[in-house]
Amino acid sequence: MNVAAIPMPYGLMLATVLFALGLVGVLVRRNVVFVLMSIEVMLNAAGLAFVTAGSRWSQADGQVMFLMILATAGAEVSVGLALVLQLYRHFRTLDVDSASNMRG
Amino acid sequence: MMILFSVAAAVAIVSTVMSITRLDAVHALLYLIVSLLSVAVIFYLLGAPFVALLEVIIYAGAIMVLFIFTVMMLNLGKVTWEQESRWLKPKMWIGPAILAAILIMEMAYVLSGLNAEGTATVVSPKSFARSLFGPYLLAVELASILLMSGLVGAFHLGSDWKERK
Repeated sequence: MNVAAIPMPYGLMLATVLFALGLVGVLVRRNVVFVLMSIEVMLNAAGLAFVTAGSRWSQADGQVMFLMILATAGAEVSVGLALVLQLYRHFRTLDVDSASNMRG
Repeated sequence: MMILFSVAAAVAIVSTVMSITRLDAVHALLYLIVSLLSVAVIFYLLGAPFVALLEVIIYAGAIMVLFIFTVMMLNLGKVTWEQESRWLKPKMWIGPAILAAILIMEMAYVLSGLNAEGTATVVSPKSFARSLFGPYLLAVELASILLMSGLVGAFHLGSDWKERK
């Protein structure tokens, strides 16, 4: 079996860095669109880790999991952006802290 | 192979850092699209061409277009045209354009077949599909239910009930 030309630790390291960047984005930014974008970065990093592992053992399972992550991201983005529109309609701002109390 | 991976990884990290530090959502989206494209190049190098294709079509295509539509929808108004002319200044798109040019050069190099040295074991779309519709059939059904509920939820949240009444 031909071993993958890119060693697995490098791919996992890149996935870790991208995930950490997405996490920093979620924690630091207060604009809700940026929070959603950072969540996308994190989902993408998780998918990269799956595909790297699947490529290490040359199995298709990692790619199947990436497809599941893709479906999750699609559903999450559609609902999330609809919520962004509702937030903007109610509060006229995109600041997530404006919606911090439950009574609106 | 390692050099190609390093360049694509550097482009991915730089564009992700730029995207989470931009102040304007459209600039951040441009950088995020470049980041997703570079991850697609990495998928190709890892021997997953079909997943690289999905990354470009669905992530960088469909999901990012959804983001851009929403951002554009949220700042409609009289100031839109001058905002648009600000967005189209070369200073704004030159950074993503340079990063994307690096990726295009890399792709041209890969497709020209000059790198004969050890490519990764390619998991073909055929074995991917056999695995997807064999042992993972239940997961596919669950994903379709998830997408359906996402559709219903987005429709419910997106429609303006106050105006409809």
